[in-house]
Amino acid sequence: MNMFTLRAARRALAVAALLAVQPALSHAGTYTLTVDPVTIDTGDFKKTGIGYNGASPGPVLKFQEGEDVTINVTNNLKEETSIHWHGLILPFQMDGVPDISFPGIAPGETFTYRFPVVQSGTYWFHSHSGFQEPDGAYGAIVITPKKREPFKVDRDYVVQFTDKHPHSGARIMRNLKQAPDYYNREQQTVGDFFSDARKNGLSAALDDRMAWGSMRMMATDIEDVQGFTPLINGKGPDQNWTALFKPGERVRLRFINSSAMTYFDVRIPGLKMTVVAADGNLVQPVPVDEFRIGVAETYDVIVRPQEDKAYTLFAQSMGRTAFARGTLAPRPGMTAPVPDMGDSPLLTMADMGMDHGSMAGMDHSTMQKEDPAEMQGMNHGKTMNHGTMNHDDMKQGTMKQGGMDHSKMPSGGMNHGSMNHGDMKQDTLKQGGMDHGKMPSGGMNHGSMNHGSMQTQDPFYAAGSGLTPTPSEGQGKFLSYSDLKAQRPLYKDREATREIELRLTGNMERYIWSINGVKYEDADPIRLQYGERVRFKFVNETMMTHPMHLHGMWSILDVGAEKWDPVKHTISIAPGTTVYSETEVDATGQWAFHCHLSYHAAAGMFRKIIVEGGPDNTADITPLKGAIQ
Amino acid sequence: MRFASISCAALGALFTAAAPLTALAQTEPLVFYGLQMEQLEYRAGDAGQDLLVWDGDAFVGTDEVRLRWEGNGEYDLNADLFESATNQLSIQVPVSDFWDVKAGIRYDSPDGPDRWHGAVGISGLAPQWIEVDSSLYVSEKGDVSADLDLEYELLLTNYLTLIPSAEMSVAFSSDRERGVGSGLNSAEVGLRLSYDLWDRMLSPYVGVAYERYFGETADFIREEGDEADMFSIVFGARLMF
Repeated sequence: MNMFTLRAARRALAVAALLAVQPALSHAGTYTLTVDPVTIDTGDFKKTGIGYNGASPGPVLKFQEGEDVTINVTNNLKEETSIHWHGLILPFQMDGVPDISFPGIAPGETFTYRFPVVQSGTYWFHSHSGFQEPDGAYGAIVITPKKREPFKVDRDYVVQFTDKHPHSGARIMRNLKQAPDYYNREQQTVGDFFSDARKNGLSAALDDRMAWGSMRMMATDIEDVQGFTPLINGKGPDQNWTALFKPGERVRLRFINSSAMTYFDVRIPGLKMTVVAADGNLVQPVPVDEFRIGVAETYDVIVRPQEDKAYTLFAQSMGRTAFARGTLAPRPGMTAPVPDMGDSPLLTMADMGMDHGSMAGMDHSTMQKEDPAEMQGMNHGKTMNHGTMNHDDMKQGTMKQGGMDHSKMPSGGMNHGSMNHGDMKQDTLKQGGMDHGKMPSGGMNHGSMNHGSMQTQDPFYAAGSGLTPTPSEGQGKFLSYSDLKAQRPLYKDREATREIELRLTGNMERYIWSINGVKYEDADPIRLQYGERVRFKFVNETMMTHPMHLHGMWSILDVGAEKWDPVKHTISIAPGTTVYSETEVDATGQWAFHCHLSYHAAAGMFRKIIVEGGPDNTADITPLKGAIQ
Repeated sequence: MRFASISCAALGALFTAAAPLTALAQTEPLVFYGLQMEQLEYRAGDAGQDLLVWDGDAFVGTDEVRLRWEGNGEYDLNADLFESATNQLSIQVPVSDFWDVKAGIRYDSPDGPDRWHGAVGISGLAPQWIEVDSSLYVSEKGDVSADLDLEYELLLTNYLTLIPSAEMSVAFSSDRERGVGSGLNSAEVGLRLSYDLWDRMLSPYVGVAYERYFGETADFIREEGDEADMFSIVFGARLMF
């Protein structure tokens, strides 16, 4: 027996053993997908693109946990294609990234994906070749769990967003390279300057423009690509995708953001949404009024409309340049009022990670965690100048400023001009209860301080960030990453074996995006060892928000909940913030790791990860570790 | 027409070198290309001049290195001849976040005897969003000259843009054959109001331009019976592909 047959025999034995231990109820499904040129009609424009089984979005693939799936993908395009199963844990050869997992699928060729389904929840699939995904090559995956879920629903809908653009992906990329502001039609104009000057004074307005101008950056640089029509399940706002319900029913909405570039702030005016899953994994239920969904993320929510009326599903882009709209209704054809979009936000110096404060005045920078009560009950009688207050580097776990009493301040005395709360890392910042009630009128100047965001500081946004989510209806609960707690931890909580720092870097003017200042084409792969637990430290040094997606292995997002930290496949990192995630390196092979904004990934914010060691990946299909109590 | 054939050849070379965009997970650098005409306009001069004026550039290349064509010139519609036409082909590489350096050759044709120049320069974005392009030239005769272009875009709205611009050229020695005197020899300032009609591909504009020749250069021009300065109303379009 030569080496080859010996190995083959061993492999056959291993496979036989694996099959023998498979539970009897597992079944095998075969699915067929064709990759086709299609026409996409958004209601605003028609555009040729790419779809699956003749349509964009493609079909909703319905799998069952424990199923062995076989998916035959036939490429009817004139160019190479691929399908990546976003968020699925599978052997790396089945992950569908050309040049990393496999060679890609040539025109006319059929590639057969085979893998066991080892998880449940809401996921999606898309092409990982060129700009086929922005051109329409995406679809949804819904996996039914083996065990009963801890909630019951009467209806179940996929709500898949995209940001369909009249330009092809390749053309958008070329335009961005030629003029990075090509699609930015929200830039600050002469009119904005004069209205700022009226509001804040001429010199403040001038200082602001000079500060941005000296960096050669734009406060409006929130959406690189504008001019798209947001779609829900392929339907534009006027085509009004509609989900039916009977009053009193529990409706599960599986939100998937398949956009190339666009984050959405999602709400259903009149309905509370209970978030029950994030990126396919169950979380402890969080009732919210609104949530922000990053590119490539998924959230499952449950709503229970009680009234016999229509509700609008409203998802406005983070930059407020366009909105997706659908309707939940008891009967087809019903509609509800469509809210107006809010004003476009502006980035602030906090989003730049900039510190323009000065240390001259009050200096709290040496405050450590010794006495969290130190600031309680502070009495700021007489004249107070916060103009140069610097709260940098405060690291205490809980900072309570409740009970600050400004009541005895004389008029004209308080100036919060350029208060800088940058880089405060505390998990809970409570400034509720600040009472300015008795202050005489006219005396308080909060300059550019962002009060709204301070009241409910989301630690996943830089303090003072212009992007901090605030409830559109003025009040209510906006979901934060820090609300996400795993329902059942997938892994035992343990200390990470090492930390890898990934600085998210870029040059907007050149439209170059990179990690640690190095583009993908110039970068060495990141090497991980099978069995280690790596802590990724993401430091966002750019002014854009990056949804970082690790293929093949879970990212346990550090929200400070330890073993209850949520398990995700895509982690959004806001400008000027540092976010940590941990990964149990339990999947051997080579994997992609990248920003999921299509044009950032293509411009270089991308890495190959090589997992060394571990079981022989060609024979072994590692089942997911069982749930750990 | 030699000028036209040189321009076409240069552009052709640029675009045939452009490869289509490849896979997302590329291991090869992406190659991009583009063409911009900052000015493509008709000028009605204050002394009855009718001119067709252009100023544009095209590139093909990667983030690391680009081949760039720059061309500008004036065609006199009354006399039916080229007043000037310049083509420059450079290799351009980034040296900092906002600045590139370039080196190449420039060819000046129709007006007077043709001249080849070696060129080195910088191109980039200065603080406060001022676009800067400047080169130093050495001609085949050994004459040294330099030019500087500045441009700013003031957004009246997100589609309506007011564009002040300034160009100047200096020579460090006279090249009498070409009518170039030593010192600051010409300057041009312009103000154009442009509207983005079709994306950023087609932006028609109206505006004014004032050109003036100085010193010896002005003298040479006056000797030929021409005006040493010209104020003009301009109509044209900015193009970007």
